[in-house]
Amino acid sequence: MKARSVRWGVLAASMALALTACGGNSENRLETGTDVPVDPNAQFEPGTTMAKLKQSGTIRIGTKFDQPLFGLKGLDGNPQGFDVEIGKIVAAGLGLPADRIEWVEAPSKTREELIEQGRVDMVVATYTINDKRKQRISFAGPYYEAGQDLMVSADDDTITGPESLRPTGAKVCSVTGSTPAEQIKQYVDPENLTLFDVYSKCADALRTGQVQAVTTDNVILMGLVQKGNGRFKLVDRQFTKEPYGVGVKKGDTAFCRFIDDTLTRAEADGQYAKSWGATAGKVSPETPPLPQLDPCS
Amino acid sequence: MHVITDNLPLYLSGLLRTLQICLYAGLIALVLGTVIAAFRVAPLPPLRATGTSWVTVFRNCPLTVVLFFMAFGLPELGLNGSYFWFGTIGLALYTSAFVCEAIRSGINAVPPGQAEAARAIGLGFGQVLSLVVLPQAIRTVVPPLGNVFIAMIKNSAIVGAFGVGGDLFAVGDTLTSARGEAVLPVLIGVVLGYLVITIPAGLLLGALERKVAIAR
Repeated sequence: MKARSVRWGVLAASMALALTACGGNSENRLETGTDVPVDPNAQFEPGTTMAKLKQSGTIRIGTKFDQPLFGLKGLDGNPQGFDVEIGKIVAAGLGLPADRIEWVEAPSKTREELIEQGRVDMVVATYTINDKRKQRISFAGPYYEAGQDLMVSADDDTITGPESLRPTGAKVCSVTGSTPAEQIKQYVDPENLTLFDVYSKCADALRTGQVQAVTTDNVILMGLVQKGNGRFKLVDRQFTKEPYGVGVKKGDTAFCRFIDDTLTRAEADGQYAKSWGATAGKVSPETPPLPQLDPCS
Repeated sequence: MHVITDNLPLYLSGLLRTLQICLYAGLIALVLGTVIAAFRVAPLPPLRATGTSWVTVFRNCPLTVVLFFMAFGLPELGLNGSYFWFGTIGLALYTSAFVCEAIRSGINAVPPGQAEAARAIGLGFGQVLSLVVLPQAIRTVVPPLGNVFIAMIKNSAIVGAFGVGGDLFAVGDTLTSARGEAVLPVLIGVVLGYLVITIPAGLLLGALERKVAIAR
């Protein structure tokens, strides 16, 4: 009888947690980020975006406010994460310290509009470079190459990559209608694919053993791993390529080249690695190499 | 309208899934609802209390909450199973409360003299109900039962959001989000899919009503 009432208690607590969008403890544990050294002698040709930004003394950067480890706005109002770090690095290259940055929320649906309408100067928001988007804006970078990955229970050694899903008969969870959900269909049978509307429900299904793996881009999974308090781990074998770029106004090649140069310098002087270590590196410790940069156009 | 014709196999698979959910949930709800209705008119107080609480709980609880409990509460209690059955049974439990009330209204419509006469010739409660009252009751409640089942078919769209996946409504999500199709034509396709199920169901129920109706 006692054990049963404990179970009901656990259930009630977990439902309460689920109802509060599983926010819970993640907000108290702030990622600290790094102090990026500002270049005080930055000089730019008059008329360029860089010169304008330096002169105005502020820069508006679009980022996600709900993407743990990349761009997450905590209770103190300042977004934290690797995307935010990249924004700080670019601003520092312009001679602007972090407190001169105005952060603007850039959800996936409206990123192109924000840039086109000039409401932000650039967007760093887990923004995958693709041809469809290139028709409307230009990309600097990529500064990071994400990819679809699998999240499994911390003690699961049988799932080592997408190929191991079918032989082990593993059930996989993803989000209805998402690109990762479509991609994974070549690795699992339809009856073993479970779909929810949000990834937190998938994490819950993994916790209770209803599914054996959750799949989407590794950066989203990293956030879930962090929230899972040691229950989950990444398989860390990405099987698609999602190069993340910095979105700027279409055709602003000078600004694009400047961002690329700043990224290259940040990798050389160790700031890139430092920024990774302070944010996403807490879940995925190995610093990724800066990807081959695309030509600016 | 290219979206619909180009993705016909996907729409058909969604239609099939929705039909599966509705067929199983409808059968379970019909049986369960009839049993609960029998409980509600039973002479034993504990049975009546069970029936009343069943209807009170499932009729007043939002379907999403019932489904949430099935999909996330049961695994928490150590009961693992397929999301298809969690969702289908959740929908069946919810619908059974409405089936029960429809049937109970039919039972109330049967003239008391019928049951009294049956009892007078020595039939027990079970026999009175199953041989005399229920056959008459169900025939009079075909239209309200039809409403309940058509509502259930539409409610099945919610089941897809609880891990079942692949149903007609989820097909719409797949086409708009992952494949970047325009929302409006995709949704028109989804609506047509539901109409393909509900309109024939309505016609069938109409025919059934004409066939079994009893004049009183």
